[in-house]
Amino acid sequence: MISSRFSKLLSWSYLAALYGFIFLPVAVLVLFSFQDGRLPVPPFNGATLKWYGEVFSDSRLMSALTNSLMVAIGSATVACVLGFCAAYGLARFVLPASRLQRGLLIAPMTVSYLIIALGLLTTFNWLGVSLSLWTVGIGHVVINLPLCFAIIYASMGDHQKNIERAARDLGAAEWQVMTQVSAPMLMPSILAAFFLSVTFSWDEFIIAFLLSRFDVTLPVEIWSMLRSGLNPKTNAVGSVVFLVSVALLLILELIVFRRTAKK
Amino acid sequence: MTAPVSIRNATKIFGDFTALDDVSLEIAAGEFIVLLGPSGCGKTTLLSLLGGFLSPTSGTIEINGKDMGDVAPAKRPTTTMFQDYALFPHMSLRDNVAFGLKMRKVGKAERHAKAEELLDMVGLKTSANKKPHELSGGQRQRVALARALAVEPDVLLLDEPLGALDLKLRRQMQDELKAIQKRVGTTFVHVTHDQEEAMAIADRIVVMNAGRIEDVGSPESIYMQPKTLFSASFMGEVNFIPGTLESARENALTIKTPLGTVELPAFDHAGFTPDAPVTLAIRPEHFRASTGTGPRVTLGKAKVEDGSFFGTHHRAHLSPLDYPNMTITAHMPQSAIIEPGAWVELTLDPTSVVLLPGHPTQTAQEGVTS
Repeated sequence: MISSRFSKLLSWSYLAALYGFIFLPVAVLVLFSFQDGRLPVPPFNGATLKWYGEVFSDSRLMSALTNSLMVAIGSATVACVLGFCAAYGLARFVLPASRLQRGLLIAPMTVSYLIIALGLLTTFNWLGVSLSLWTVGIGHVVINLPLCFAIIYASMGDHQKNIERAARDLGAAEWQVMTQVSAPMLMPSILAAFFLSVTFSWDEFIIAFLLSRFDVTLPVEIWSMLRSGLNPKTNAVGSVVFLVSVALLLILELIVFRRTAKK
Repeated sequence: MTAPVSIRNATKIFGDFTALDDVSLEIAAGEFIVLLGPSGCGKTTLLSLLGGFLSPTSGTIEINGKDMGDVAPAKRPTTTMFQDYALFPHMSLRDNVAFGLKMRKVGKAERHAKAEELLDMVGLKTSANKKPHELSGGQRQRVALARALAVEPDVLLLDEPLGALDLKLRRQMQDELKAIQKRVGTTFVHVTHDQEEAMAIADRIVVMNAGRIEDVGSPESIYMQPKTLFSASFMGEVNFIPGTLESARENALTIKTPLGTVELPAFDHAGFTPDAPVTLAIRPEHFRASTGTGPRVTLGKAKVEDGSFFGTHHRAHLSPLDYPNMTITAHMPQSAIIEPGAWVELTLDPTSVVLLPGHPTQTAQEGVTS
């Protein structure tokens, strides 16, 4: 009896320690973003929204936030369209060396972001393409395409193949099958791929840092703020970034799970 | 809309497997044809050739006199009703049924009106706004039928459409399918492995086995006058009694069997040569002829082994006196008293006996049990 109570206590404290380890840094970050004082370190002097006010009135931070959103949504859209087309082609048609092609599409997942960024930087220099938000977007498509392809490819089953066959039988051309039957049927996984891509792009630093010049994304802007020392304002903007990521994941959960639960 | 179909010497080879072996068939406009056979007999392959999902290795397919050789499924005057219905899960029933018309660039109001008319025909008018996942299996099946008919195809191809339904619903849908076919007049080509379904709906049945056509004809002729052992055994229960043809005279055939010598009228069974191996095919219900008038043949006495009551008849297993290793299945009248150990006379009307060339092999016999 006592031993069972003890083991229960032990497992609960393990759980608490585990979640503490994961979430304590975030909790501290968020807590000290409300710090009424100049330094985001203990002791906590009381709550104020002053630093959030400064974040939202900082035009550089706000334009970086807009840039981040544009890059995230744009690159996620392109990655999803390309990923869907690649998955459709490989799942529905007999293509030469399709196993090798699938491998090559997923391969960038195993390469570190730093290597991808360096490779792209060299390529852009060689091609004479000047660095901008476009080049950051291209970098994010490179890292998110394998993910989008893998998610969408995995959800393409034989049952849908038969439905696509029915659409063709009723007179649909290939592009009509893709846009009016396959894509709507696969919408849950396409949306999952889209929101995950947006989240990854939103948080990504290395590629955004190496491939941008004058217009930068939010993580790069935060990094340059950090060089001038710690400040509750950096905590506040970090909290905003965290909140947006959480919101995106919530949307993903709601949309995708509500849709799949219906079936 | 309706059209004749003509299949000439169609062969389909997958690797080293011949799925369809030199099949020729003429289908009249407005006919309800059922392709019947066990799985792997080539019936679904033949349907896929008509729909254009496969192209024949050799041979031609014509619909309404036009060669379909290079015509893609979308451009053929055919639509298919798939076994798993293949409805579009994200569209309402109205949009499902109207899809083919949308692909043919029919205006929204017109195609919706047409879709609702067809949903009305299959009894689902009030469900037009529902999604397929809200329907039962039988209802989905009706939507699939309405969707396939909405584009007014010349030929409707049905790939075991009733396979997923339970028995009662299947019988009900058979009646509906037949009634709808008579109403729209479209040529229906229906694939099934259920011989009762085939008899219930077909104008003509095409019995297939191992990539070939075994027999073609009306349900009555296929059941009563099958042309091959396979066809006889696949179309319900049958007793095969092997024998040899002793003599073929102008008006009578004499056949020597383990159960004695049988004499049959010759006019039905022309074309057999003396000493050839032959088989008498006898349906279980034809042993009931011990009463009544007219010509009779007898196969001697048989002992009742066991019997069970089926409502419309008693089904009994009998072992003949002259050849006790053989088991004969017979249907006795409702009122008969079946007692194991009793002796009965195996009496038949000679016109009900079918004489077939060859002796039954193991594969032909399997059709009886499946």
